[in-house]
Amino acid sequence: MRKVQGVGWKALVVALILLVGATAGLGAATFIYADGAAYLQNNPAACANCHVMREQYSGWLAGSHRAAATCNDCHAEHTLVAKYITKARNGFWHSVRFTLDDFHEPIRITARNRRVTEGTCRHCHADVVDQIGHEGMDCIRCHRDVGHMH
Amino acid sequence: MRTRSWILLAILATALVTALVTILLISVFERKQEARHTSFRVVELTDDTEDPALWGKNFPLQYDAWKRTVDQVRTRYGGSEALPRSPTAADPRMVVAQSKLEEDPRLKIMWAGYAFAKDFREERGHAYMLDDQTFTERQVVVKQPGTCIHCHASTYVTYKRLGNGNLTAGFEALNKMPYAEARKQVTHPVSCIDCHDPATMALRVTRPAFIEGLRALRGGEYDVNKEATRQEMRAFVCGQCHVEYHFKGPEKRLTYPWAKGLKADEILAYYDEAGFSDWTHAETGAKVLKAQHPEFEMWNQGIHARSRVACADCHMPYIRIGAQKVSDHHVRSPLLNVNRACQPCHKWDEAEIRSRAEEIQARFFRERNRAMDALVSLIGDLKAARDKGAGDAALEGARAHQRRAQFMLDFVEAENSTGFHAPGEALRLLATVIDEVRLGQLALRDGAPSPTPPTQ
Repeated sequence: MRKVQGVGWKALVVALILLVGATAGLGAATFIYADGAAYLQNNPAACANCHVMREQYSGWLAGSHRAAATCNDCHAEHTLVAKYITKARNGFWHSVRFTLDDFHEPIRITARNRRVTEGTCRHCHADVVDQIGHEGMDCIRCHRDVGHMH
Repeated sequence: MRTRSWILLAILATALVTALVTILLISVFERKQEARHTSFRVVELTDDTEDPALWGKNFPLQYDAWKRTVDQVRTRYGGSEALPRSPTAADPRMVVAQSKLEEDPRLKIMWAGYAFAKDFREERGHAYMLDDQTFTERQVVVKQPGTCIHCHASTYVTYKRLGNGNLTAGFEALNKMPYAEARKQVTHPVSCIDCHDPATMALRVTRPAFIEGLRALRGGEYDVNKEATRQEMRAFVCGQCHVEYHFKGPEKRLTYPWAKGLKADEILAYYDEAGFSDWTHAETGAKVLKAQHPEFEMWNQGIHARSRVACADCHMPYIRIGAQKVSDHHVRSPLLNVNRACQPCHKWDEAEIRSRAEEIQARFFRERNRAMDALVSLIGDLKAARDKGAGDAALEGARAHQRRAQFMLDFVEAENSTGFHAPGEALRLLATVIDEVRLGQLALRDGAPSPTPPTQ
């Protein structure tokens, strides 16, 4: 290696190692400080951690599904891989939008998440709804407030 | 690419990720701090702290929003426009709202012989209530009583001062004063202490007239401040003033006419039984009534009240400021704030919601105009008969119908929602108005049968 052209590659590697370490440390600290582990679990209170979903959380506390289902039961698929893909996607976009304060209020469900929720409604209520033709209809259109009012 | 370039790129990427994680960390930190302290006690608030600026030191978000009621914004059918005017010694206002008398000259016919026919403007925000009452031309044409001040100023501390700690005694003292004297007893437009307990910030009713009105309506010893739910209070504190009222007896006691119910015809029945009228109509000689902003009564007849949606839910909706959730104290038309006011419950886009609301108002406004034409025609017929020399006996029946028609029309006209608070009830009243006019004109044509009470 020629040293006259600038910093040697060894110095660069050391810099990279330091930076990766710093990032990992900062990331871990942020994760712990923001109670990131809670998002990997099932406690509905975690969804109101970032203050944006307080209304939905308090609506659920007073709603009929409180006794039967948590946030994840309706808003994430019931198979392990799909569930964590959905959680990762939502976690990422929520972090971006909420950090940049760039989202519509009151919050609105996305088309993809609405499909997920429709699927979980039908999964649990299969005994009843499998007998019904669903063409062009979805459960939440009429049963909007079963999970949370707002 | 050479190894060194890759390492450089990796360093850059890592630096970028670090920067983003730092931004996230800062944001999380800020929100956590905001959530930890929802208020800061900078000053000591007591039950005698009237100045809203002092409350604002502890509650700056609410105070800033409250100050924004100076905004003058039009909606399709309501709101106010800021019109410049040349100040005079008697009226130093540089800006006023548009005159409703000029917008609809039929109002002058309806109110002929009453001060409202001289000056009646679109209402402005809470910030203007005291000035607009102090300087209206109605003060010049008529000696107004101190009773008026109850809902145009912050009166809680004044009540306590005049009543030596007794709210009702202070209330009675203000009623008896001439307006100019009562005006000297108050300083601010409606302020924090008129709705909030300074120790807990809980909502609190401070107007004795509302406490008495609700007792008349519900019977017994109903104590609104002890028995009402939190959600009821989110309507009651507004209902302290946004109501129909009259000045009862020689002591001019502010009284809410609810003993028979909150509907316009029930209130009319109350006035009939009490033999009360506001003035004698200049063109017809009828003993008529003036309705005043009965928002609380009309809201009570509508679907939102039925669904337990309170005034504050739409006119002071919750907003999120950082991690804090506050009631928007910038009290205003929900049509200027559709996403906060309507969308938490109604999952449609803003244009659709606005269009639904304005369609309700457009229907109301068309029928209101029809009823106004009808009333003006009855007043014209009565005046013509009177000019031809018809006596009181011949006019009595038609006059009674004028009184009824006029009160119910004024009720929905003075109500500030262009029919929205209770669309069905508003149209029912307008249909009744038109029928009363028809009965009045029949009474003129066929002689004067005594007026029949409403059959609903």
